[in-house]
Amino acid sequence: MRALLLFCLLPLSAWAAVIRVENGKTIRQAIEMAQPGDSILIAKGIYREGNLTIKKPLTLAGIDYPVLDGENKYEILTVTGPDVTITGLKFINTGTANIEDIAAIKALDVMHLRVIRNKFENAFFGIYFANSNNSWVQENTLIGESKSDNQAGNGIHMWKCDHMTIEKNEIRGHRDGIYFEFVTKSRVADNFSHENQRYGLHFMFSHDDEYESNIFRNNGAGIAVMYSNGVKMKGNRFEENSGNSSYGLLLKEIADSRIIDNIFRNNSIGIYMEGCSRGEFIHNTFTGNGWALRVQASCDANTFTRNGFFSNSFDVATNGSISLNDIHHNYWDKYEGYDLNKDGVGDIPFRPVSLYGMVVEKMPISIVLWRSILVLLLDRTEKILPAVTPENLVDKTPLMKFDKTKSDLITKTP
Amino acid sequence: MIRVGKHIVQDLMRNRFILAYTGLLLVLSVSMFSLDSDPGKATLSLLNLVLLVVPLVSIIFTTIYFFNSYEFIELLLSQPINRKVVFFSEVVALSAALGMAFMIGVGLPLLILNPGGATGYMILAGLLLTWVFVSLAFVAALSTRDKAKGIGLTLLFWFYFELIYDGFLLYIIYAFSDYPLEKVTLALTALNPVDLARILILLKLDISALMGYTGAFYQNFFGSSQGVLVVGVLLILWAVAPVLLAWRKFSRKDI
Repeated sequence: MRALLLFCLLPLSAWAAVIRVENGKTIRQAIEMAQPGDSILIAKGIYREGNLTIKKPLTLAGIDYPVLDGENKYEILTVTGPDVTITGLKFINTGTANIEDIAAIKALDVMHLRVIRNKFENAFFGIYFANSNNSWVQENTLIGESKSDNQAGNGIHMWKCDHMTIEKNEIRGHRDGIYFEFVTKSRVADNFSHENQRYGLHFMFSHDDEYESNIFRNNGAGIAVMYSNGVKMKGNRFEENSGNSSYGLLLKEIADSRIIDNIFRNNSIGIYMEGCSRGEFIHNTFTGNGWALRVQASCDANTFTRNGFFSNSFDVATNGSISLNDIHHNYWDKYEGYDLNKDGVGDIPFRPVSLYGMVVEKMPISIVLWRSILVLLLDRTEKILPAVTPENLVDKTPLMKFDKTKSDLITKTP
Repeated sequence: MIRVGKHIVQDLMRNRFILAYTGLLLVLSVSMFSLDSDPGKATLSLLNLVLLVVPLVSIIFTTIYFFNSYEFIELLLSQPINRKVVFFSEVVALSAALGMAFMIGVGLPLLILNPGGATGYMILAGLLLTWVFVSLAFVAALSTRDKAKGIGLTLLFWFYFELIYDGFLLYIIYAFSDYPLEKVTLALTALNPVDLARILILLKLDISALMGYTGAFYQNFFGSSQGVLVVGVLLILWAVAPVLLAWRKFSRKDI
């Protein structure tokens, strides 16, 4: 069996050569010379070779991060062949354009492309995939430098892809950190997307994707995801996305999705939902947000359970008088009920929508009276005799204690 | 003036009520921080203390103290001492005593247990509110000779600034909600020291909520160091103007 395996691998290894690019040789020559399956080792230095195109299976590896300079004019690498690996390179200064999407690495119709441990500085688009599948983008650092968002491209941009893996990248200063359009069955994990011009993560029409343990911090407009089904988000942190029209997580027409174990901290709005259906929101932590949840009346059949709400100005806001969502067994720090039978569940229901929350929803200017005694009294009266707040937006079984398995994450920042 | 003021301060320091007030504030603020694991929530409870209890105690105590020391003031005025000296000694001494009570009761625990964040603004706001309500108390106390009436008037002042004015403001916002009201509300809050103090602290506490929508407008104004300066100056005006009004009353009063 082992002999057979060796025999199978033999043809690959036997003919695969290593081509070194050093002492004034160009990468272009190396790529032209190389046979499919060869490796190209690039020595430290600065390479200004305009646009390079790779059409065959190759490995491009840099030693001590050689610099590929686009001289603010060119797209640096264009990959159109399968099984390419790009690692250990530093891409700087791509061109910018208004019509074309110029990228540091652009992959068109490829499969099995690996982009691993590269650095990108001042790229228009960083890594750009179109119509590709089964590829990996791992441990890259992308730092955009443009000041306004119409002159910036996306960090990792994917259009019509399938089975992609994006892990452990750091993206800063681009337009959108990670941008997906028609990307399915992919995994985005352990990325750190921060201080981007627009969104830290932005996807549309991207079904059955997994987002795990990412950190999205202080992005211009937070995170916005739309028109997708089967999204799974687990253990992510959405933080410090504050500002006018900025959202920790904006969900628009997202269906059959699971949002679990995430932390929403110090956002203007933790989660904003519009037209979402059948979502499950379990064991998320909301701390110090302006609005923890803003559930528009167009959402239905969503479940919110075992979430913890701490020090949010408003826990839940909505714009309608009916609510078709199921809210139960959450922990609310504003809850003032009691638990006589000691089963851990409060005996009287909790109404997370405050009267003044509704007033502010209608007249934003009235926020000026927030936390005044008048507002305190109004909210108290409404709690005793609910008249304005939606009748069925209520947690009938509020928890007395939040499951603190992740409580250390509430206050600490990595 | 210093001798008269010193005498009044000494008298106030012996006053059991001031000691009790200091103790109450101290116990409340320390217990809020030790009972609540979340310092943010404790700060919010403290906000209510600063906005509600501090003005109430300041205004009522000052009025009662003034009426109680009526005879002493008469005695002083029969001596060759300037009226101005007597009056302003009273004002300064009461402001100092109540301000000190606030600093020991709320300021110190805040600085020790929760330094940073909104603490600085909280202390500033509380101190200025104390002085504003002390000076308002003098207006009330000098408006009438009857002690009961005077206390009634102080309560009215307190209710007006805590509740009635905000109701009026909310009504204006509601009635004119179709118009851009940002600047109008900004101007209207300047007419209420409690609102000014509240917004000053709020911008440090609820920054996330305020950042959205119109909040950004307030944030731009109040959040800048210039805005804080404006609020501070307005609050000082609120403390000084009633005192001057009270001085007018005092100087013409037949005592």
